[in-house]
Amino acid sequence: MAKTVYQYFEDLQQTSVWRSIFRSGTGSSTLKRALVIQQNVFLHLFSTKVRTRMLSFSATWYLGALTLGTFFILVATGIPLMLYYHPSVPQAYADTKDLQFVVSSGMFLRNLHRWSAHAMVFLVFAHMFKVFYRGAYRPPREFNWVIGVILLLITLLLSYTGYLLPWDQLAYWAITVGSNIASAVPLIGDKIHFLLLGGHAVNANALLRFYVLHCMILPLAAMFFVAIHFWRIRKDGGLYSRSSEPAVLRASAADPSSRKAGERWGTPVETQAPVAPSTVTVKEARP
Amino acid sequence: MTGSKDFVAGIDSNAKRSPRRIVFITRRTSAQVKAESEDQLQTFPEVLFRAAVAIQVLAIVLVWIALFFNAPLEGLADPSHTPNPAKAPWYFLGLQEMLHYFPPVVAGVLVPGLVVMALIVIPYFKVNIEADGLFLKNRGKRLRIFCIVATTLSLFLVLFKVYVALVPTLIVTGTMLLAAQSSSQSPYAFRRYLAARPLSYWVMTWFLVELVVLTMIGTFFRGPGWSLIWPWQGS
Repeated sequence: MAKTVYQYFEDLQQTSVWRSIFRSGTGSSTLKRALVIQQNVFLHLFSTKVRTRMLSFSATWYLGALTLGTFFILVATGIPLMLYYHPSVPQAYADTKDLQFVVSSGMFLRNLHRWSAHAMVFLVFAHMFKVFYRGAYRPPREFNWVIGVILLLITLLLSYTGYLLPWDQLAYWAITVGSNIASAVPLIGDKIHFLLLGGHAVNANALLRFYVLHCMILPLAAMFFVAIHFWRIRKDGGLYSRSSEPAVLRASAADPSSRKAGERWGTPVETQAPVAPSTVTVKEARP
Repeated sequence: MTGSKDFVAGIDSNAKRSPRRIVFITRRTSAQVKAESEDQLQTFPEVLFRAAVAIQVLAIVLVWIALFFNAPLEGLADPSHTPNPAKAPWYFLGLQEMLHYFPPVVAGVLVPGLVVMALIVIPYFKVNIEADGLFLKNRGKRLRIFCIVATTLSLFLVLFKVYVALVPTLIVTGTMLLAAQSSSQSPYAFRRYLAARPLSYWVMTWFLVELVVLTMIGTFFRGPGWSLIWPWQGS
């Protein structure tokens, strides 16, 4: 009988090469599935289990995951774009024109990169407001909120530095308008303006600086803080849900009628919340 | 434990001579066991799969947009020819709109600086953690303070003729006054909802509305010389 693709994949997982690369081993037991997360350098940022309730769309609108998605798209399209681009004046504009009309799929790459960048800025703002209105900034998550604010600023800077790179009228004057704001800082405004642009006006130096910031420094900074952001979700007790907070659990265990306190407009959210145990129990891992 | 000592330790604490692992149990504390009674799912494969599907849907939407809408590209940058109006990227147009009314040091430095500071300190204030309804306690005093702040802010906006920011401010103010007249015993669910909103909610909502309104005005309703135009009049 012919083997299925999945059986070939299972055979592959048994090879010594595969086993040497992936530390978690094979199988589909709860332990092995937990090890897939815990034994992987990237995935171990996440917890091995997540509250089922937090996976409903309404809990997070998946805004964090979607923001990560736009970042992936931006990296995947940004690297090929770099191959066709020289950060020099006026070659940058000619390269952008070539991307539009000469390079195969260049137009598509540039479109996808640009629209994804706009989407990322929008999603980061949406994510921030969603987290705020859920109250998910509460201790012990306060520092993760601060990292989120840093990531918001990095995202704005990434988008802003990328705005100059096509070196067309739109880019040039948008950056001129934006960078003039830096001059308004008391006392050191002109120094900041000069440092940012490498001159007194937007010129070739500014283009090179924005290119280095956009393609290297800011993406690395974003990855650094995103890693901490994800890791802190796990260390701070997983995705926030009010009715799972220790204080709320204790209060509702002491006084079951107080569970109505979390009533929201129209929908009493606490109805689907499990009744907190009056005695402390440790639940074993589900099979 | 009894007596005045908070803990009891081994007599010999020289770890090199007699290595021993000891536990200090201080008074009023004990090892904590966290209650966990909720249903949970394995991150692998369930959660990662869902995240991947969400990202794929997003990618499909963005690819369709990229196929049908071209990114703008204008003529070569020309420092000697200023387009009118010269606009910043859309997410800074709220700021640029404010630059129209206030001096750059206020609109470009003070306001964004204060906004970032305010965002950072949100989780470090106890009032934001407890999140009680703004007017539920000390109603009279808080209402007076609120009226003074709202009036001052509105007069300030009138003084600088920032009517586009004044309208959202008045709407939020009116909603807050309605919240002040509501309580958890109000007949309507909406008013019960308003009554339970804390201070940070109102500040953030005001910020959100202003952000959206100013950005929309700057993006769609500003033409040559930063004059008010209709979106279909173009520029």
